[in-house]
Amino acid sequence: MIPVLFFLFAGLAIAGAVLMVTHKNPVYSAVFLILTFFALAGLYFLLGAQFLSIVQVIVYAGAIMVLFLFVIMLLNLADEVQLPLGQRRSIALGVLMAVVLAVQLLVFVAAGHALFGRLTGQYGVFGGVESLGKGLFSTYLYPFEIASVLLLTGIVGAIILGSRKLPKEQ
Amino acid sequence: MSTIPLDYFLIVAALLFGIGVAGVLIRRNALVIFMSIELMLNAVNLTFITFSERWQALDGQLFVFFIMTVAAAEVAVGLAIIISVFRLRGTVHVDEINLLKG
Repeated sequence: MIPVLFFLFAGLAIAGAVLMVTHKNPVYSAVFLILTFFALAGLYFLLGAQFLSIVQVIVYAGAIMVLFLFVIMLLNLADEVQLPLGQRRSIALGVLMAVVLAVQLLVFVAAGHALFGRLTGQYGVFGGVESLGKGLFSTYLYPFEIASVLLLTGIVGAIILGSRKLPKEQ
Repeated sequence: MSTIPLDYFLIVAALLFGIGVAGVLIRRNALVIFMSIELMLNAVNLTFITFSERWQALDGQLFVFFIMTVAAAEVAVGLAIIISVFRLRGTVHVDEINLLKG
């Protein structure tokens, strides 16, 4: 069962990511990114990170992507939905550089495989709310508090940036 | 119950990161570039959770929790910046946003 689910979620995640990058309409890009986030939540679940799987759906697929869709809607991109993908040469260069980076990362994975053999997991229940909460409120208490201040800063920054009257460009 | 090696999760994460980099490099719409950055953050999260599972240590998952917090704040501020730029220039095409070019 787990292999079937893994290949299903991994395929969905990669397909969604590729479609997100290649689709010209930003609304469709956002929707495909939501698909990728859902598939990643499934992968987290397979790895035993139940709480993070739910948080992934709520925070990423829910809050963050709704924010993206709202901004796309607010910006009224109707007249420039068909943005050109850029120059053909720069696209080729960008894809080449991305492929080089991906190959490098895969070489790292292969090197780890050669050094340590197959990494096997236990695929049990591991990242429940209780254990994560204990970690958050003991070892990681200060980072937790700082994260709350960071969120407050984010709120203030977003409101200031979003409401400020900008000078008209001449 | 047959299981799959954790290396496969790392491979998926590497591919997702590469796709995200490709998106940043080839797209010219600031919103889609931003989405690609989110995709890269998620690829890193997947790596963190994979190694957390491997070593049965919760620290990786707690780091993912903090990365999600930072990503939420980053998206709020970043989208506000994009809205400001759109108000100023009337476009989110990154080739035309060259105010700092001098």
